[in-house]
Amino acid sequence: MTETQTPVEAVGTARPTLLEARDLHVGFPSRGRRARAVDGVDLAIGEGEIVALVGESGCGKTTLARTLLGLERPTSGSVLYGGTALEYGSKALKAYRREVQLVLQDPMGSLNPRQTVYEAVAEGPRIHGLPGEQEVVASALSRAGLRPPERFFLRYPHELSGGQRQRVVIAGALALEPKVLIADEPVASLDASVRGEILALLLRLRDELGLSALVVTHDLGLAWNIADRVAVMYLGRIVESGPVEQVLTAPRHPYTQALLSVLPESPERVVLTGEPPDPTRIPGGCRFHARCQVLASGRAAEAGVDGRCRAEPLAVLPAVPTAQAACHYAAAVD
Amino acid sequence: MALLELDDVSVTYRIAAGEVPAVRGVSLTLDAGTALGVAGESGSGKSTLAMALLRLLPRDARVGGRILLDGEDVLAMKWGRLRAVRWAEASIVFQGAQHGLNPVQRIGDQIAEPLLVHGLAKPDSARGRVAELLEQVGLPAWRARSYPHELSGGQRQRIMIAMALACSPRLIIADEPTTALDVMVQAQVLTLIKELLAERGISLIMISHDLSVLADVCDRLAVMYAGRVVEHGPSREVFHDPKHPYSAALAAAFPTVGDPVSRLAPKGLGGDPPDPMDLPPGCSFHPRCPVALDVCPTLDVELWPAGPERRAACVHVRPEKAEPAETTLEVS
Ligand SMILES: Nc1ncnc2c1ncn2[C@@H]1O[C@H](COP(=O)(O)OP(=O)(O)OP(=O)(O)O)[C@@H](O)[C@H]1O
Ligand SMILES: Nc1ncnc2c1ncn2[C@@H]1O[C@H](COP(=O)(O)OP(=O)(O)O)[C@@H](O)[C@H]1O
Ligand code: SF4
Ligand code: SF4
Ligand SMILES: [Mg+2]
Ligand SMILES: [Mg+2]
Repeated sequence: MTETQTPVEAVGTARPTLLEARDLHVGFPSRGRRARAVDGVDLAIGEGEIVALVGESGCGKTTLARTLLGLERPTSGSVLYGGTALEYGSKALKAYRREVQLVLQDPMGSLNPRQTVYEAVAEGPRIHGLPGEQEVVASALSRAGLRPPERFFLRYPHELSGGQRQRVVIAGALALEPKVLIADEPVASLDASVRGEILALLLRLRDELGLSALVVTHDLGLAWNIADRVAVMYLGRIVESGPVEQVLTAPRHPYTQALLSVLPESPERVVLTGEPPDPTRIPGGCRFHARCQVLASGRAAEAGVDGRCRAEPLAVLPAVPTAQAACHYAAAVD
Repeated sequence: MALLELDDVSVTYRIAAGEVPAVRGVSLTLDAGTALGVAGESGSGKSTLAMALLRLLPRDARVGGRILLDGEDVLAMKWGRLRAVRWAEASIVFQGAQHGLNPVQRIGDQIAEPLLVHGLAKPDSARGRVAELLEQVGLPAWRARSYPHELSGGQRQRIMIAMALACSPRLIIADEPTTALDVMVQAQVLTLIKELLAERGISLIMISHDLSVLADVCDRLAVMYAGRVVEHGPSREVFHDPKHPYSAALAAAFPTVGDPVSRLAPKGLGGDPPDPMDLPPGCSFHPRCPVALDVCPTLDVELWPAGPERRAACVHVRPEKAEPAETTLEVS
């Protein structure tokens, strides 16, 4: 094994796993080649746990999220919910959707401009034939912070602010009383001032309803704000994961270190250059080696791992809650 | 010396439903070779102000006040002069404009176009100039032959900057140049902007709703709310020690990773942005203000002095109310 593990001081309550990706691969044909968008991922989301999935654009976050939702079928590997492998028949998927709901980025894009708030939120309950539609809608809206809910029933998306629209999208997901929310960049298109409100809502839903969430983002501040655990993705793989405090204050993978270093307040920046990574051309050895600042600066050579960086692939990180990094250098210097 | 001076600038859009006062009396100064950040939430009037500077607003917009570029009144310029100014002296990188690149024209031709149109290059020398511009924004010369869809979002944003640089302007106005880019690409674009500022003495007005980004790049910062500047001052000070509760809310919205205060405690600002056609009386921030006083709904707020080179439009900085030790604002 090449990954390294450090025990966490306070793992606290080890949460039973609710949703899990096991050795997941998702590929697409792309310009005559194959894009390995998700290229070997083990990831577990515990009951009542908020996990942030971070990484730069194109690294495979949305593909992984969509696969967890059953919207994309894995090329190999599996998705498990409550310990049972996901089935892809339409009935099984429909039942699954009640448990695991998607919250999309860009509320303007995901709401139908000609549909009232009521209609938008009632759509899910109708498909699933839930009784007491009006109460279901009202309670979902008020849980999403739109109170009193009746005041919003007949409004159209263009009559709402960006933050309110995002709340409607969240209410639509809550209406089915899911166990897990998968939120793809839930605040990326929102103003700074509204952002905190929506994040606070996600935290409150966890505290009050015990919801689990996978939050997909490239915003490390968001992870710091709401997540228990963070998984850092690079070119289809999780390269570092663990409790937020540990990974974000003492990152061990050079890629995580670079991501943190470019935050406005950090002292020394490592701005990665080079073309954005291409999932149709995943490099051999460590998939990050062509852009790795630790390798480029000679530190990997000093630790005697530079040869392995270029030639020896890292093993897939297992789905454990403790901190771990897929890096030859991190393993050698710890 | 001031490159740009705004004196009581206002912009009102006339629409069927009435008048939208989008910018309401903004006075600001930009010294040559410096960078000014303009922050504020969506709808606060940032883009309207930016477009007013070069008279790029639609016809239904009425502009008041004075805008002096190098001492020359922009609002009084003849059309021909204005066109020359737009290319040679000041250029805008628009919000979301990287999606506006012509999809069927090669990048190089798009960059060369203004050069040829304005007679700044002959067809045979344009190619060299394009290569030079691409190099300045950190792209290889062969990229001139690419089409927009072959580039990433960050690369397209670099192209927009290259186009803004094409006619060697002295002032660049960048409207949300990094919003919607991911962190690493944002860092690349910001590094590029900072290099251009340092090496070429260009002046910059940068618009964003992310105070941390503005504080990083700009010397001074102006925070807008409901069409007005509610605070301005040196950028680090405004970011780290905001005097207006709205600036404080913006500053707190993006947490510092590692700061225990913000761990599992996202900070936002309740309430909705004001409707410009129906602004609250007194301080227009009062319905959302966590530290509002009884007088706020009837108070005539102005930009009062709030420390050296600083101003804020909040009753808490009025000299007669100020306490010997400054109170820090907490917004939750
Ligand atoms: N249907 C598809 N066909 C071909 N390639 C695809 C498809 N979906 C995704 N990809 C490719 O897979 C890679 C990962 O895409 P994905 O959307 O998962 O990235 P992401 O991490 O969510 O990025 P962003 O932060 O920009 O949203 C990208 O290179 C993308 O171009
Ligand atoms: N062409 C227009 N016609 C009418 N109203 C407009 C127009 N453009 C902007 N507005 C209004 O002016 C206000 C300020 O908008 P804008 O300058 O785009 O703000 P910002 O860039 O800060 O988000 C908003 O209320 C917006 O709805
Ligand atoms: S394994 Fe080597 S190349 Fe990969 S991240 Fe670690 S040090 Fe860098
Ligand atoms: S003047 Fe009053 S309402 Fe306005 S920002 Fe200051 S305290 Fe808040
Ligand atoms: Mg995505
Ligand atoms: Mg704007």
